[in-house]
Formats: sequence, structure tokens, C-alpha cells
Amino acid sequence: MAHNFVPLPDQPPPPASVGTVAWIRANLFSGWVNSVLTVLAVYVLVTALPPLINWMFISADWVGTGREACDSGGACWVFVANRIDIFIYGFYPNDQIWRVDAIFIGLFLLTAPLFFKSFKYKVWLGGFIIFIYPIIGFILMRGGMFGLSGVETAKWGGFTLTLLLAGVGCIAALPLGVVLALGRQAGNMPIVKSMCVLFIEFWRGVPLITVLFMSSVMLPLFLPEGVNFDKLLRALIGITLFQSAYMAEVIRGGLQAIPKGQYEAADALGLGYWRKYGLIILPQALKIVIPGIVNTFIALFKDTTLVIIVGLLELLGMVKASLGDPAWPDVSREGYVFAAFMFWICCFSMSRYSQWLERKLHTGHKR
Amino acid sequence: MASTANVRNDPPKPKLTRDPKVRALVFQILALLTVVAFFIYIVHNTLLNMEARGISTGFGFLDRSSGFAILQSLIPYNESSSYGRTFIVGLLNTILVSALGIFFATLIGFLVGVLRLSKNWLINKLAMVYIELFRNIPLLLQIVFWYFAVAFNLPSPRQSMALGDAVFLNNRGMYLPAPVFGEGFWMTAVTFLAALVGMVFLVRWARRRFEATGQTFHTVWASLGLVIGVPLIVFLATGAPLHWDLPELAGFNFKGGLTVIPELFALTLALSIYTAAFIAETVRSGIQAVSHGQTEAASALGLSHGRTLRLVVIPQAMRVIIPPLTSQYLNLTKNSSLAVAIGYPDLVAVFAGTTLNQTGQAVEIIAITMAVYLTLSLLISVFMNWYNAKMALRER
Repeated sequence: MAHNFVPLPDQPPPPASVGTVAWIRANLFSGWVNSVLTVLAVYVLVTALPPLINWMFISADWVGTGREACDSGGACWVFVANRIDIFIYGFYPNDQIWRVDAIFIGLFLLTAPLFFKSFKYKVWLGGFIIFIYPIIGFILMRGGMFGLSGVETAKWGGFTLTLLLAGVGCIAALPLGVVLALGRQAGNMPIVKSMCVLFIEFWRGVPLITVLFMSSVMLPLFLPEGVNFDKLLRALIGITLFQSAYMAEVIRGGLQAIPKGQYEAADALGLGYWRKYGLIILPQALKIVIPGIVNTFIALFKDTTLVIIVGLLELLGMVKASLGDPAWPDVSREGYVFAAFMFWICCFSMSRYSQWLERKLHTGHKR
Repeated sequence: MASTANVRNDPPKPKLTRDPKVRALVFQILALLTVVAFFIYIVHNTLLNMEARGISTGFGFLDRSSGFAILQSLIPYNESSSYGRTFIVGLLNTILVSALGIFFATLIGFLVGVLRLSKNWLINKLAMVYIELFRNIPLLLQIVFWYFAVAFNLPSPRQSMALGDAVFLNNRGMYLPAPVFGEGFWMTAVTFLAALVGMVFLVRWARRRFEATGQTFHTVWASLGLVIGVPLIVFLATGAPLHWDLPELAGFNFKGGLTVIPELFALTLALSIYTAAFIAETVRSGIQAVSHGQTEAASALGLSHGRTLRLVVIPQAMRVIIPPLTSQYLNLTKNSSLAVAIGYPDLVAVFAGTTLNQTGQAVEIIAITMAVYLTLSLLISVFMNWYNAKMALRER
């Protein structure tokens, strides 16, 4: 009589090696050092988090019209809610705010197709956004033509100004950066090369504050009498020159990453300088450096706060100016936390995007 | 006829306009002329403008007396001191806050960077939160937050936060004990310096002996004994000529001790916390850049965990970490110019700010200020190149 072999059912694994307990043991208490660290961290979190959450959310005041609405001891978000228009649009006339909104919505709608893989005209759309849209945006913001009422730049401010300074600074610095990077690479032209190196190292060596000081006090001296720029344009010139040096270094990295064979192949095809760079080298190099450009953009985005030194009021400047209002005493924490939150959201999402892009672009070059 | 086929003709000379060398030369001359013409134009305009506004050129203003007081000065300074001295005071204040910032940023940055690699999930995530939180908020915002929202709202001197009887923190600043050196303290200092020199020789001797004979020597303990022990003996033998001047509450404020003004306190705090987030990322990527095979090879050789870190991982990681670290130091030094936003009297605030407003010598003052920062960055990049050359892999 043949016995069929019937194995016994599997024993369950010991409870300490699976599930939550095992995970906690492996990740939080894997040795006495780790156990001490975990206990310390938990202690810090337990003492610090509840009061913070309580202040920010639970006992905070959200609705009201004045300082007296904030009496529950938590954060006074009423202040932010009442000032949100000024924080976002600056002193832009109330009945004209639709123009700023139109620019933002237009930009959003135009950028959206770039994130879809199947969209074919990315390069053309990108070119439009970078080179044509800023001009349309400027006309819409400034007005004074096409039946729009004029709004002088002194009324621009808040988060709008932050985006404008960073965006224009970055876009204007891009072509200048390409030229400087190419100049720095030009081995057969020592004079051009050394001029580019001097330019780049000069702007990279000085703090942005001194550049802004320079553009506000020295630029008027450099120009012939009678020619006068407004404050915003002076700051933009300073920011663009400063940013172009950083941009040039990022693009140089891309140029150096292109294998020598590509340069030689272009030469072997008999392409001249402009076609060699325009058709072969730059399209590849610029693609590699997109994450780097996003990173310099983040740095510039944070640095736009410095224009407060030359009297322009972007987001932080507006918050700071509003804190001086005697009707709203003692709301500095709320104001700064709000500004920090806005900057943090923007910078964090951009840095995540750049990391994602880096991984995505990297696969194409991995052998 | 066959022979002519073998004659190699030189390629035809390109037209002059097509010769790359000629083109490069012409292009460069054009570029140079444009730049020179641009500068001549600017200088011409500037001279005309300054004449029209009645501003005299030159550096003579540096000898004139400044007529304003400065909040914090490391050297004697008062209203009758010259603008030249104002410059020195500002420069020293910049150096002070940069040095403090670099010290604390390195400390926090290395700690957070190492914790970011911890196997402990909670610690790892906390380090990540720290890094992502602080490096994505503008530094200026952090500085004004620590100054206007935190340092201003600290308790008054009578309700100071205190650490023992020595350190006090209130809305007037931070009060630390100040060392008072008694007579004969110079002997301890000299011994300490001599011990440092001795340590260098000891380490060299130990390395030579190790390479010649393979015998190890407890360099660390011997050095510690030499540098701390010997000066300590001298210190005690000369009757311990050092005591601490503790800050004391007198009336409405503290007297004695070392005062850290709130501006310096907030600026140092913001600079260190912000830069530390970047340094932490540098440290993390540096340690991760050491390939796992290196650690495994060290285990295979039977090295302990500590020696693996000390002899294998850290030397290789440092090679990756140091260059970006120096540029972070440079960034911190340049960022210290944001002091002007909260009124800490650094170079930009007292020189490019107050002095410029009083004298109107915009060109000279901005030029000097930029020259200072350019010199600093040049010095740091010279150091970086030297270090890179020293640490570069010596491939056989």
C-alpha cells in the first residue's frame, strides 16, 4: 500500500520576525545606540509637536476682520486672510487684478501640455513661453496700450513680483549664460576666453546684495545724463548679470559632459561653428543641464527676497511692511510663517521636479 | 604620365575669410574693441555725472571722521574715528559672524548628514525633514524670523532663560561667562603652543616608524596627553591664573561677562541652520559615494567597524566632500552680508550702507566692498585647488 506523502502545513513564522513588531525592532531598536536615539527623538517630538500643532491649527483664529478677532491664544491667521490680496498682488489696483490672474492662468495653461509625453510641439511651445510670453505678460501688467490703463512698476509687488523677478531674471540670463559658456570653452580664442572667465568669476565672487547696491547707486552714474531707469528695471539688470554667471557655469558642465566624439563628428561632417553648436552640441548639452538650470532657478527664487534692500516689496517685503501696521500688533510669527510656507511649497516642489527630471533624463544616457 | 598621379598636391589655400585662425583673430580683436569702448563710455559718463553732482573722486574720504557709532566693534571705535576705521570694524564683524557660522554649520551639518544615513527610520526621517525644511526657505526670511519673531519676543532680562548661573538668554541678547586671564597665564599659553608643535613631530615620527617597522603607536592618546595634560600641569603649577567673569543681573540688565548682541545671535543662528542643511546633503552624498565594495573589503581584511570608518570610508568620503564644502563656506561668507537687513554692523551695513549714504562715494565704496568679497573667494578657491591637488588619487 502506497502512502501518499502529505507534508505538514507550514508553521507560521515567529511573531517577532514579521509585521509591525519586526519592523519596529529592525528600524527603531536594532541596537542600544539606535534605541537611545529613538527614545530621544520620540521625547523631542512629544514635547515639541503638540504645542506647535495647537498653536497653528487647533486654537488658531481663521475668520474675522481685525486683531480683536484673535483672542483664543493661537495663531492669528485672520491677519493673513485680511492681507492676502496685498501679499499676492502688491499695490496693483483692485479692479485691474484680473490682468495678473490672466497672466498666471495663461502661463499655467501653456505649461500644462509640456508635461504630456504625447504632445509633439514641446520645443515650439517652450520657445513661445520663454521668448514671446514674457513680452505679452509685460504688456498686460504694464498697460498703457490696447486700451488697458497704465500701472506703473512701483505698484507691482507681493508674490507677483517674486515670480516676475525670478522668471525674468532666469529667462534673460539663459542666452547670456549660453554665450558666456561657449566663450569660456573657446580654446582657440584666448582673449575672448579670459574675458568670459573674468566676467563669470567676478559675478560669482560677490554677494547679490552688493550687486543690487551697485545697480541701484552706480547704474545711474554709468548712464548719460537724462537717461533714467526705474527701480525695478535696475534690480532686474543686476539680477540678470548675477544669474548669467551661475547659468554659464551650469551650461559649461553640460558642454563638458558631451563626449568628444560628438564634436569630432560634427567637424568631420564639415559643419561650421554655428551649425556644429546649434544642431549637434547645444541641443544635447541643454537637455542634460535642465535639472541644473532648475536648481539655479530655485536659488534665484529664494534670492529675490533681497530686493527689499533696494526698496522693492516682493512677498517677504510686503509681509514685513504689513507687520508695521499699528492695527495689527504682534503678528510677526504668523506673517513670517505664511511667507515661509509659500516659498517652501514652491522651492520644495521645484526641487522634487528637478530630481525626478534628473532620474528620467539619466536613463537615456546610461549604457 | 603615371608619375603625376602620385604627386600629392597641397590642398588649396582657403580664402582669407574662411581661414579659422584669421577669423578667430579678427573676432577677438572686435570683441576686445567692443569691451574697451564700452568701458571708456561708462567711465566717461561716470566722470561727467560725478562732476555734475559735485562728488570728488578718490579715496581721501577714508581719513575723514565718520561721526556715527557702531553697535558692536572688536577694536576701539567711536564717532571721531575715520571712515577707514569704519571699514576695518565692518570687515572684522563680517569675519566674526562668518567664522562663528562656519563653525556651527559644520558641526550641525556633519551631524545631520550622518543621521540622514542612519538605519534608524525615525532619526533618518527627522534628518530629512530638517534638510528639506531649512534649505527651501529663503535665508533672508530665516534671518528676519529669528530676529524679529524670536529674539524680540524672548523674555525680558529679569525673566531670562538661564543655563545654570553662567549663560542667560533674553531680549537684550545672550550673556556668556568671560574668561579673565590672570598673571602668569602666558606660561600656559606658551606651553600649549609648544605642545602643539611637539604633537606634529610626534605624529610624523610615529608614521615613519610605522612605515619602517609596522609597529603601531597610540598617536591619539599620546597627542591628547601632550596637548591637554602638559599645559594643564603648568596651569595648575602656576596657581591656576584664570577665573570666569559671570554675568549678573544688575538693575534692568546684566553686567559683566561676554555679551552677544541679538543681531549677532540671530544672524549666526540663521546662517548656521541654513548652511548646515546644505552641508548635510554634501556629507550624505560624499559618504554614499564610497562604494560598498570598499566597506566589504575592509571587513574581509578584518578591520573593526571603527577602523573601517576611520581608515577606509572617511578618507575617501572627505575627498568628495571637501570641494563642495569649501564652496558652502564661501556662500556662508557672502550670505553674511544679509546682516544689513537686521542691522548687524557688518561690512555691507556700515560701509556700503551708512558710509556710502554719508559720503556719496558710490564708485569707490562699492569697488572696495566687492574687492573684499572677491579676495575672500579667491583665497578660498586657492585653498580648494591646493587641497584637491594634495588629495587627488595618485594613480599608478
